[in-house]
Amino acid sequence: MSDRSQLIFAGKPFLYDQERDAEFERLVKRYPTRESMILPALWLTQEQEGWIPAEAIAYIADRIGTFASQVYEAATFYTMYYLHPMGRNHICICRTLSCYLRGKQEIVDFLRDEIGIKPGEVSNDGKFSLEEVECLGHCGTAPVVQVNGEFHEDMDVEKLKSLLTGLK
Amino acid sequence: MEVKILSAKFDIKDAHTLKVAKEHGAYSGLDTLFAVAPVVIIDLVKNSGLRGRGGAGFPAGLKWSFLPKGLDKPVYLAVNSDESEPATFKDRYILTRDPHMLIEGIIICCYAIGCHTAYIYIRGEYTTQVKVLQKAIDEAYAAGYLGEDVAGKGFQLDVTVHRGAGAYICGEETALLESIEGRKGQPRSKPPFPAVSGLYGCPTIINNVQTIASLPFILQNGADAYKAYGTEKSPGTHLFGISGHVAKPGLYELPLGLPLLEVIDRVAGGVWRGRQLKAVIPGGSSTPVLTPEEAKTATLDYESMAAHKTMFGSGGIVVLDETVDVVKLVENLIDFYHHESCGQCTPCREGLGWMLKIVKQLLRGEGRMADIELLRELCDNIEMKTVCVLSAACTMPVRSYLDKFRHEFVAYAIDRPQETGLNLG
Repeated sequence: MSDRSQLIFAGKPFLYDQERDAEFERLVKRYPTRESMILPALWLTQEQEGWIPAEAIAYIADRIGTFASQVYEAATFYTMYYLHPMGRNHICICRTLSCYLRGKQEIVDFLRDEIGIKPGEVSNDGKFSLEEVECLGHCGTAPVVQVNGEFHEDMDVEKLKSLLTGLK
Repeated sequence: MEVKILSAKFDIKDAHTLKVAKEHGAYSGLDTLFAVAPVVIIDLVKNSGLRGRGGAGFPAGLKWSFLPKGLDKPVYLAVNSDESEPATFKDRYILTRDPHMLIEGIIICCYAIGCHTAYIYIRGEYTTQVKVLQKAIDEAYAAGYLGEDVAGKGFQLDVTVHRGAGAYICGEETALLESIEGRKGQPRSKPPFPAVSGLYGCPTIINNVQTIASLPFILQNGADAYKAYGTEKSPGTHLFGISGHVAKPGLYELPLGLPLLEVIDRVAGGVWRGRQLKAVIPGGSSTPVLTPEEAKTATLDYESMAAHKTMFGSGGIVVLDETVDVVKLVENLIDFYHHESCGQCTPCREGLGWMLKIVKQLLRGEGRMADIELLRELCDNIEMKTVCVLSAACTMPVRSYLDKFRHEFVAYAIDRPQETGLNLG
């Protein structure tokens, strides 16, 4: 359990764009209850905005026809929903068993020194955010790092260096 | 030692596309399937001895037969692709390298259990994998293998991918159902079991990806062909993920029943860097650890692992070399389960945090011998006192480390007896 109870307002109204709107309508037909759309609706929000602003919670609840507390519950329980803006490049480092055994700490230490932030932080220029996550299911090619959703396996400091230079 | 049943198409270029998958036999079992009654398929799977590959090893055909008869409610299938147990990475290969094998398996299962709506619950972290899977499903719809009239046989079937969002607990089958229904993943009390009252209160079967993906082979080749692999009670093959301190970590398909150490040496290249073996985790991080001595007699099947007081689990084997600090490893382990506790039951939510605190205290050089006893006591007081088995997934392995590597914990205690002669501090 981690404390993930704080929502932040973006300060502007939230609406799905055309593409997400259509995807919502496609998906809602796949479930017998509209509440099942809570997780998919949060994903659509995060795809569009990069995070889940407080305004989106009310929007999703309204759109589904449920209580905002239901949406809030899911948004705060599931750790992949970001409740604040992340860096333009979000780096996840697996910290669990096999990656732990094969040197994930060197990766964390290198990134901390190179980017100047610890896991859980966003760099001042907004270019990077760092997160230590639980097992990413790539144990046979540990240690593994996930950058903006893409997996990078058999990681070492040299590979990381070239990976970082390619990021905007 | 390796065999190619489930992994037959893994190394074929573009086998994730419908075109290439079909060239190599995908969906060719559907004529056979729809020519027989559903009960024939259930019997076939029962006869094959196929056991649930998610970790529990429950016979798949038997699970299906728990569905109540003559109910006026829809039946659902939820395919468990949460794959979050540390050291487990087998289902990912099926999702990305042969998703049509999984879809064909879903068709077979749904026909057998009379289900027209299936959900694949995939962990949120599988970002690139979900795209490959969704594309395969879209292709299957376009080609008429899913939808109103599956393969022109008059059977309707819809398959929907439901993404999780980073919660280990959603691999627990009732938490998974809660998550599909739009709630946080807190397991339900059982009974009622999902086969009676599951998704949306309807009869539901939940099977692991690898279990479902084993069905096309069984249908095409028969129960005896499947039973030709493995042991009498643990028939078939399994995708073993070998990781940790081995020379050649990776995914290997093997028949069940092979000697554990031989597999580590001959398949995975042995302990890396010429080091000595310290211990083996046989089936994912929640399975009790084996010492090298115990590992000598263990074979990779459900019965041998139970006889060695551990579990076959998910087939995720982790090799630990002589340099591993067991207390630090246990810290990493408890940290994981504490973080992933859903918070519903006090013994798990608070107890795992307490255990973590004790281990951290030992590692800081502030722990005492009595703390080691307390840790052991906590294991006994947390286990099986919760709605689900997440807490046991932590206490069972921790107890095994405490019992088998006690001296390493003692070495960290400030009031350790002098004669131990150890000082790791």
